[in-house]
Amino acid sequence: MSREDAINLAYIVAFSLFIIGLHMLRGPRTAVRGNQVAAVGMAVAVVATLCQQQIGDWPLIALGIVIGTAVGVPAARSVHMTAMPQMVALFNGVGGGAVALISIVEYRRSGGDLELESLIPALFAAIIGSISFWGSIIAFAKLQELISGRPYRIPGGPIVNTSLMALAVACAVILAAGTESEALFWLILVFAGALGVFAVLPIGGADMPVVISTLNAFTGLSAAAAGIALDNTVLIVAGMLVGASGSILTKLMADAMNRSVANVFIGGFGAAGGAIAASSEDGKAARSTSAADVAIQLSYARLVVVVPGYGMAVAQAQRAVADLAAELEKRGVEVLYGIHPVAGRMPGHMNVLLAEADVPYEKLKEMDDINSEFTRTDVALVIGANDVTNPAARNVPESPIYGMPILDVDKASSVIVLKRSMASGFAGIDNPLFYDEKTAMLFGDAKSSVGEVLSEVQEL
Amino acid sequence: MDLITELAILVLAAFVGFEVISKVPNTLHTPLMSGTNAIHGIVVLGGLLLLGPAKGFLNDFLLVIAVTFGTINVVGGFLVTDRMLGMFKSKPDPQKLAAQAEAEEEKAAA
Repeated sequence: MSREDAINLAYIVAFSLFIIGLHMLRGPRTAVRGNQVAAVGMAVAVVATLCQQQIGDWPLIALGIVIGTAVGVPAARSVHMTAMPQMVALFNGVGGGAVALISIVEYRRSGGDLELESLIPALFAAIIGSISFWGSIIAFAKLQELISGRPYRIPGGPIVNTSLMALAVACAVILAAGTESEALFWLILVFAGALGVFAVLPIGGADMPVVISTLNAFTGLSAAAAGIALDNTVLIVAGMLVGASGSILTKLMADAMNRSVANVFIGGFGAAGGAIAASSEDGKAARSTSAADVAIQLSYARLVVVVPGYGMAVAQAQRAVADLAAELEKRGVEVLYGIHPVAGRMPGHMNVLLAEADVPYEKLKEMDDINSEFTRTDVALVIGANDVTNPAARNVPESPIYGMPILDVDKASSVIVLKRSMASGFAGIDNPLFYDEKTAMLFGDAKSSVGEVLSEVQEL
Repeated sequence: MDLITELAILVLAAFVGFEVISKVPNTLHTPLMSGTNAIHGIVVLGGLLLLGPAKGFLNDFLLVIAVTFGTINVVGGFLVTDRMLGMFKSKPDPQKLAAQAEAEEEKAAA
């Protein structure tokens, strides 16, 4: 067996381990092991690659790996769970950036004379990788609040984006047609990068789950394309697995908002929401309540369903919520959590936060499972969630969010909403739930509100 | 390897990916995302492979950045996923709890 064969066999072992690892991610019990299996696969792939004959520049390889480890390990160790969405965006971005850089070097080293079956995937990888890098950087900046999370309106946005895409593809076609020009390749990276920036900039926080999933899929696809360009099987398989995973998540997130992916990238909610918000506010007042009243209501309930949203993440209230639930459970109250797929800023965001606060995952119910429970729920406790509970999505056909699947909290016997103020949610749409007669509002920061309720419960 | 074989591998990998990942529950979507994130750090291989044959300062410079990025992606991705998954705990086993309580009572009695 030649060295080449041995390396290729190792690659087969590596991608099998990736698939087995992903398979084990299906259940919380096996998931930790699954991640480790995938990591072993990665180690096998890296070691096998380092055995290739063409590997030469050891000092530079060491330099890259040492810097990367020195940056990656402390970042991963110290990041707070509430900051997970931006961390994922960042890791995603560097992956896309690496693909873009590798594809341009592959072009440069051939002196522009790359065979078409390597050139086309390299061009594809360059475009998608560059979009993914710059798009992820903007997503990171928004989530980290380096720039405002509000949607930026770019005049003629869709036209600008379409033109940028057309320019990048045009450059790629010129190169593929046989022109040798390194400058054109750089231009492709510039156009695609600008497209990444302009495509993500107008998108607001609540649509972030779709954006992050899409960028994840993009980086995966670009890695697979780079694998074809470099004739590397493990790159092709691993990249495509990620591409598939990102695509599935993108579709799930878009479905959970009843919107198409194109709709998310082309137009936000903002523009349509204003008029409707104004018309439904007249003559109605929300009922405000106190922590003591909430404590009494909760303590005498049989079933309480907590509905968390991004507000809980912002206030870092997950531990306070878990403590309150534990106190209620001691008094014989059943506490469940109703989790909307797009609550928060990335898929599964709320689940991670509540897991961090030691809430057993059996209590975290998906939307379809919890919706049938609301009719027997005594108190629905909505913490920093808004649009995902808006009954207008069910019964106001004119509403911009009409048709979006929601958590039916309005079917509970009573509803308590913890909110900072009466400001409408991200979508800028008024929420009739707040004016419902069985709804009471507890205004204030979610963490301190929950803390006050907890101490009132303890005094009862 | 010829292009058609590579495309075949690509398509098969797509089907395997869809099949395996569509069964991951909502609860684990964030770890799934950061785990697959780590897997696409596999692009680091591209950087490693090209560092030898690609000569010249600019090529080396770009590739060292690529290897750095890829390493951040791989190492950071797997570590953060591991941390996150470690937090997903099941309900404590009632039998174990009862046993614990008994032991404590015995201790108190003694």
